[in-house]
Amino acid sequence: MANLSRADVEHVAHLARLGLTDEELSRLEGQLNHIVDQYAVFADLDTDAIPPTAQTIELENILREDVAGPSLPFDAVVGNAADRRDGYIVVPPIIGGDET
Amino acid sequence: MTDLTRLLAHEMTDLLHSGQVSARELAEAHLAAVERQNPALNAWLTIEPDKALAQADAADRRLAAARAAGQDAVAALPRLLGIPVALKDLISVAGGQCTAGSRILEGYLAPYDAHIVERLRETGAIFPGKTNMDEFAMGSSNEFSAYGPVANPWDLETVPGGSSGGSAVAVAAYHAPLSLGTDTGGSIRQPAALCGIVGMKPTYGRVSRYGIVAFASSLDQIGPLARDVRDAATLLHAVAGRDDRDSTSAPESVPDGLLTITASDDEAAAWLRGKRFGLPREYFVAGMDPDVERRIREGVAALESAGASIEDVSLPHTDYGLATYYIVAPAEASANLARYDGVRYGPRLGDGDVLGNYLATRGQGFGAEVKRRVMLGTYALSAGYYDAYYLKAQKVRTLIKRDFDEVFASGIDALVAPTSPSVAFRFGAKLADPVSMYLSDACTLPVNMAGLPGLSVPCGLSEGMPVGLQFIGPAWSELDLFQVGRGYEAITSGAEWRAKEPAQLALADDPATLSPDQRIAGRA
Repeated sequence: MANLSRADVEHVAHLARLGLTDEELSRLEGQLNHIVDQYAVFADLDTDAIPPTAQTIELENILREDVAGPSLPFDAVVGNAADRRDGYIVVPPIIGGDET
Repeated sequence: MTDLTRLLAHEMTDLLHSGQVSARELAEAHLAAVERQNPALNAWLTIEPDKALAQADAADRRLAAARAAGQDAVAALPRLLGIPVALKDLISVAGGQCTAGSRILEGYLAPYDAHIVERLRETGAIFPGKTNMDEFAMGSSNEFSAYGPVANPWDLETVPGGSSGGSAVAVAAYHAPLSLGTDTGGSIRQPAALCGIVGMKPTYGRVSRYGIVAFASSLDQIGPLARDVRDAATLLHAVAGRDDRDSTSAPESVPDGLLTITASDDEAAAWLRGKRFGLPREYFVAGMDPDVERRIREGVAALESAGASIEDVSLPHTDYGLATYYIVAPAEASANLARYDGVRYGPRLGDGDVLGNYLATRGQGFGAEVKRRVMLGTYALSAGYYDAYYLKAQKVRTLIKRDFDEVFASGIDALVAPTSPSVAFRFGAKLADPVSMYLSDACTLPVNMAGLPGLSVPCGLSEGMPVGLQFIGPAWSELDLFQVGRGYEAITSGAEWRAKEPAQLALADDPATLSPDQRIAGRA
C-alpha cells in the first residue's frame, strides 16, 4: 500500500481546507501512515466480482410533488452567521477584491 | 422518602399516573442530581432547569386532566409523559445550543427541533439538557470532546466510553432514567457496556435523523440508553418510524409490542427456550481481556441453561471490519464536515480572504481526532486512491453484510458477542495510538457496516467494572432483541452484581472532588 509523504499530507490538508501547523502535519504523517497500514489486509482479498454496498436497506427513491411548504423564519436561519448586514450574510469577495 | 432518581422510567410512569409523584418532583430530583454531580462527571454540556420545570408543570397539567377524566384517559397517556430524557449534544432543540462536542459549533443555536425532539415533545417528555460527547461523535472514550472529558461513575479515573459518553453517564449516575445517543460504529453500545447500562443501536433507517448533526450518513443511527430493557424499548417506540424529512428513514411499521414487554421474570425467561443463538468465533479476538471473556461466556452459559441452543458460527470477514470502517466512515465524514466553513454558523476565523478563512476556521475549529478523520477520508476519496480504498471498502462491506445474512438465513435467531473487548480504561490510555482506540469498537462496528440492530445489556463486573453482552439480530428485529435482552435480565435477576450501583457515585457527590480535566492535569 502507498505511503504518504510529507508533501502528500500537505496536499490532502489543502484539499480538506484544513490549516495545520508544522507540528500537526508531522504528527499526522506518522499517524495516517500507521492507519493506512491497516488497509493492507485488503491485499489478499479478491473483490473483483463483488458489487459495492453504499447503503444497507433496500429503499427506493420516493418522489413527492414539488410544492413549497412553510420555511424557517429568516432571522433564525441567518442569525447564526458570524457576520451579517441588512439581512444578508457578509462573506469575503470571491473574485478579485475590488470587482463588484 | 425514597430517592426518585433510583426508579426505572416505567416505575416513574406508574407513580405519575397514580398521582403519588408529580412530574415537577421528578424533574427537581433529577436536576438536583445533575447540579450536584456534574462538576465531577462533566456529563452535561447544557443544563436547562427553567425549561425542564416548565415542561414538568405542563406534564402535571396533562396528568391532572387525565386523572379527572378517568381511568381510560390515564391509561391512554404516552408512557414518557413527565419522564426526563437526556439528549446527546448533536440533537437539535430549537433555540438551544448544539455543539456536537466541537468548538466549530460554539455559539450556534439550532433553528428547529430534530424529528425525535418533536416526537418526544408530543409525548410530554422532559429535557433537562444536553450531554457531552466526542467531537462529531468520533471517539470511543469521550476524551475527544472540545468541552472536556467525562468521568465514569464506576471509577472516576476511567473513561465512560464514547462517543455517547455523556448520555451513558447521565443514565448510569441517575441524572435521567433515559437518554438518546447516536451510534456510527458502537457509540451507543460501547459506552452503555462500559457504564453498566442498556443501549441499543436500531436498524439503519429505523429512526429519522432529521435535525441530527451528521457524521457518516450510511452508518449513523439514533438509539436509546436506559437502566433496563423495557425502558429502552419504550424510548425507541417513542422516536422510531418514517419521517418524510429523512429520506433514509424506512416506512417499516414500529411494533407496539415494544411497549408491552413482559414484567414477569418467568414469562421473560420462558421466551429464551428454544432460541437459537450464534456465537461468532471471530468476536473472541486476540487481545480481548480474559476476564471480560469469562463474563461473556458465563452470560452465554446462562442463556444455554435457560433452554436456548448455542451454536458456533463464523463471520469470516470480521477481521476486515476495522479497515473497512476506517475508510467508509472517514470518507463520509470528510464530505459531511465540508459544510463547516465559518460562513453560515459558528465562529469565523482568519483575516479576510476566502481560502484563508476556511483554513483558519477549520484548522482551529476542529479537534485532533476530527482533523485526523477528515484527512483520512479526503485521502481515501482523492484522485488515484478512490478505487484502491473507497470502492474496495464498499465491496468488502458487501462481504461483511453477506456474512450476517448467511448466518441469519441458516435459522440463527440472534448472535451473542461481547460489546467491547475491555472494560472502561484509564484516561489517556489510548490517546497516543489512534489504532488502539479504534480497536475498542472491533465488536460493534461490523453491525453498523451491515445496518443491523445491536443491543448491549450489562452481564456482570470485571474487577468492579461493568461488562456488556451484545445481541445482534436481522434487520428490523429490535423487538426480538429486546425480548431476548429482557429474558437475559430475568435469568440473571438474582445475580449479586445486579444490585450494585456505580461505585464512585458518593465521590461524584462530594463538592471537593476534582473535575475530569483537573484529575488528568493532576496526574501529569
